[in-house]
Amino acid sequence: MLTILALASIVLLGIVPQQSEAIVIYTGWERHALVGSDIRLSCSFFSWRWTSEDVTFSWSYRPDGARDSISIFHYTGGAPYVDNKGPFRDRLEFVGNPARRDGSILLKNLDYGDNGTFTCDAKNPPDIVGRASSVRLLVFEKVPIQAGVITGAIIGAVLGLLVLIVVIYYLMRFLVARRVFNLSVSKHGRKGKGKEGSQQRQLWRPPPVTLLPLTS
Amino acid sequence: MKSKAWTVSSSITTDLWYNCLTSGGGYHCKVASNEDWIQAVQALMVLSVLFCLLSLVFFLCQLFTLVKGGRFFFTAIFQILASLFVMCGAIIYTVMSPDRAVGVEFGYAYILAWVAFPLCLVSGLIYIILRKRE
Repeated sequence: MLTILALASIVLLGIVPQQSEAIVIYTGWERHALVGSDIRLSCSFFSWRWTSEDVTFSWSYRPDGARDSISIFHYTGGAPYVDNKGPFRDRLEFVGNPARRDGSILLKNLDYGDNGTFTCDAKNPPDIVGRASSVRLLVFEKVPIQAGVITGAIIGAVLGLLVLIVVIYYLMRFLVARRVFNLSVSKHGRKGKGKEGSQQRQLWRPPPVTLLPLTS
Repeated sequence: MKSKAWTVSSSITTDLWYNCLTSGGGYHCKVASNEDWIQAVQALMVLSVLFCLLSLVFFLCQLFTLVKGGRFFFTAIFQILASLFVMCGAIIYTVMSPDRAVGVEFGYAYILAWVAFPLCLVSGLIYIILRKRE
């Protein structure tokens, strides 16, 4: 049984890397930012191979409503090349660490014209087959509340209040019952002590008056 | 499409959770706006359904545990709260709903919300009058 398991795992390990030698690139899905702020667009990848020295990252930008995209950043041969002619000239900075498979860029001083889709493509030779990944940037004047936050808050608050009312109700009932119990116990106790006291008083009697006539 | 929407016009249908635009046979839906009032309406509708369900559960509970001749007050409270939540939700939607333009009208789901409110209220009141059989 064990030998079969070992053989199967060896076969699988042999097959799997051949099929999944594609590089997988991760960026965010959507990013929200305020006008005038900075934003860091992250890009990293997963590859079965070691990170090679010829690793390349390239970012391209497609404005909302436009059909083609322009290239704004490229990292190759160990050096980053940022946009110096396009819409992001002087606003783009490379903040990634290619040795750690991180190809993130920093966009400064955002404006409404920066709304669009940013695509990151990374290559790790010889692992070059992969699909580029896109992140959408939305620039707001005021960051809106995420859908469903207020909904969840209202539902949670009402249900919490309900649970609290039930707990308080049962607590009051418990306390009142305990108080009644304590009162009844103390009543029984006082009655018992009273009986003992009267008995003691009966035992202590004043000495008889007949002693006095002897002295006269 | 008119059946499950709160607001309908010739090409756009909105319900509590999505705004859908029909164009050329297909439709694009996006999550309903992030405004505060629609999230409040969502919360109130969900709470009213929950409370209705709870009142049913408590009714079954009380049916077996109540003394003979007793009234279903606990159940009635939950049912009446559920009807109040529906009413608040429908009112908020009516007041805050945008685009009272030509060609935009309220859908069946909105009408259903307003019908549900008095029915729920009447059911709650009946629970108050109801007594367990002697």
